[in-house]
Amino acid sequence: MNNLFVYCEVNEDGLVADVSLELLSKGKKLANELKIKMEAVVIGNEIHDIEAQLYPYGVDVIHLAQEKRLFPYTTLPHASIVVNLFKEEKPEIALFGATSVGRDLAPRVASALRCGLTADCTSLEIGNHTENKTQKEYINLLYQIRPAFGGNIIATIINPDTRPQIATVREGVMKLEIFSKSFKGKLKNLSLDKYMKEDDFMVEILERHIEKQKINIKGAQIIVAGGYGVGTKENFALLHQLAEVIGGEVGASRAAVDAGLVDHARQIGQTGVTVRPKLYIACGISGAVQHRAGMDQSAKIISINNDPKAPINKIADYTIIGNVGDILPKMIKFYKENSK
Amino acid sequence: MSFRIVVLAKQVPDTRNVGKDAMKADGTVNRAALPAIYNPEDLNALEMALHIKSKIKGAEVIILTMGPPRAAEIIRESIYRGADGGYLITDRKFAGSDTLATSYAISLAVKKLAPYHLVISGRQAIDGDTAQVGPQTAEKLAIPQITYAEEVESVDEKQITIKRRLERGVEVVRTPLPALITVHSSAPECRPRQAKLLMKFKHARTVTELQEEVRDYTELYIKRPYLQIEEWTVADLHADVEMLGLSGSPTKVKKIENVVLQQKETVLLTDADKDIEGLMKELISAHIIG
Ligand SMILES: Cc1cc2nc3c(=O)[nH]c(=O)nc-3n(C[C@H](O)[C@H](O)[C@H](O)COP(=O)(O)OP(=O)(O)OC[C@H]3O[C@@H](n4cnc5c(N)ncnc54)[C@H](O)[C@@H]3O)c2cc1C
Ligand SMILES: Nc1ncnc2c1ncn2[C@@H]1O[C@H](COP(=O)(O)O)[C@@H](O)[C@H]1O
Repeated sequence: MNNLFVYCEVNEDGLVADVSLELLSKGKKLANELKIKMEAVVIGNEIHDIEAQLYPYGVDVIHLAQEKRLFPYTTLPHASIVVNLFKEEKPEIALFGATSVGRDLAPRVASALRCGLTADCTSLEIGNHTENKTQKEYINLLYQIRPAFGGNIIATIINPDTRPQIATVREGVMKLEIFSKSFKGKLKNLSLDKYMKEDDFMVEILERHIEKQKINIKGAQIIVAGGYGVGTKENFALLHQLAEVIGGEVGASRAAVDAGLVDHARQIGQTGVTVRPKLYIACGISGAVQHRAGMDQSAKIISINNDPKAPINKIADYTIIGNVGDILPKMIKFYKENSK
Repeated sequence: MSFRIVVLAKQVPDTRNVGKDAMKADGTVNRAALPAIYNPEDLNALEMALHIKSKIKGAEVIILTMGPPRAAEIIRESIYRGADGGYLITDRKFAGSDTLATSYAISLAVKKLAPYHLVISGRQAIDGDTAQVGPQTAEKLAIPQITYAEEVESVDEKQITIKRRLERGVEVVRTPLPALITVHSSAPECRPRQAKLLMKFKHARTVTELQEEVRDYTELYIKRPYLQIEEWTVADLHADVEMLGLSGSPTKVKKIENVVLQQKETVLLTDADKDIEGLMKELISAHIIG
């Protein structure tokens, strides 16, 4: 009892995924605030020295389930292990990556435990709550904060009465931070036949092709991002040119992705990647809250927009009013002329 | 015994046209203020179901949708495209349901349709982007789930083989039936309405809708009973009301904030050469670029 759990995803190389390490970084802070332990559940096969991987993030207890059939991930055995472990441990909080694994697993777990689950949180905090009708007081709840439905609205979701309070968070949203290089916790090997059953293996993986991440906008120092206002693939090529000459990566809004102007891997925002570059150039992006959630921590922001009233301009350090198609070629030209 | 495919389809507010009055004071969505559409990925789900129907003799496709009375439009739309029929789960007591309460109600409705072989849903609904109802329904039905389906590689009465679309790749998996599948937007698009079906079913209505019609449908419905779309309430599902609506929803909206953006000190520039050249020089000398 009294702990915070992070489900740690393991990749093809036996390494814990970045998103899980980010959740551990955030989880440690939440656990410290609540004065509870942080524990990790790791399920897979041939996992590389898990203690060395996780202790630096301040993991008090690692629950390890290793078996050949547990990698690659399939829903049922992982769900059984997590559900049974949570029934024993009764965690306060459980965090999952909002990945294709986490978003497959977390709802199944939440349903089995009849718990609340909030997807794609952009921020997590601890806070209190007084129920309006009953005046009942709740202390130290998990505030699950995410942009909600449409427009400029941020919702704070709570689960007053059910435990664990479960949330999923996308890669890049939380900062990766080592807690202490010398921190040591405990390792517990789960006795598997207690946690899963033979029936859990009825789904078979016949084939699998996973590519290494090709586009790395998360790590880029400079991002040239395009929105629906870029309009055409030809104009999008200008973004790629500018990114190339100034040494950056191309990002995009969801509207640009939906319009087929650019690949989904480049989407920035609540349902895309979160970035914190030195420079963010927003071209033809209005700045909806879901987009800003993924880029408003950029050190410098330039907005190029033909609408002086676009919300993005309010968070920009420089606003250029005009057409993307006219302005980008000039930026490329003047950069080339003035840089050595 | 025929091969029964149940499709879960939701009517959603078109989030591409959201106005200021989109949320009510209690933090739930004000659906009345928005145009309603067929959730895009649910159309991919319907297509996958119709495709499977074409592969298996005697298969039938039944639509389940939960929502207000006007969500009957989803069932008509599905029938025009080739579905065999559908049920509207509707009751004021469902209002305010989160994904857990929704999947509870839906799972009861699916059980009423037993024996079934496949339940097919969209990956996620565009109003919340939660992608939870599919897996949660599968858990409540105690059947396996295959999420993010892109293609049916093969299917028979006993098992199905599905290609899944993952973040950075694909996977081919096989599961015994019954199973629940959630369908990704990269799956084939839905076939269009068929003129013949449109003609035949354009007068299909629920009881609630019939009460609002000016025209008297009594005689038509005696001749063509198949036009009746059935509605299922909490009572029909023998549902525990405590597990529905706001009381059955562990997630509560504590607070809704309208984000008011504080204007940063922004340098306003035009597209004139001197402005752009000045900016590029500034960025270079501040070592932000170059
Ligand atoms: C649950 C949910 C999750 C979402 N997640 C994300 C997310 O992760 N990321 C994301 O980006 N969005 C997300 N969205 C969508 C988001 O709400 C907006 O719809 C989207 O960000 C708008 O993209 P945009 O700014 O490119 O397009 P628009 O809002 O259409 O803006 C286009 C802009 O371009 C300008 N413009 C037009 N022509 C020109 C021109 N020639 N030159 C210069 N400027 C021009 C216009 O003035 C306008 O400001 C989400 C929505 C929902 C409901
Ligand atoms: N009210 C509903 N009626 C029917 N199907 C639904 C309903 N809500 C969700 N679904 C199904 O569950 C999928 C995921 O929804 P969501 O969890 O809301 O993103 C949708 O694509 C639908 O197939």
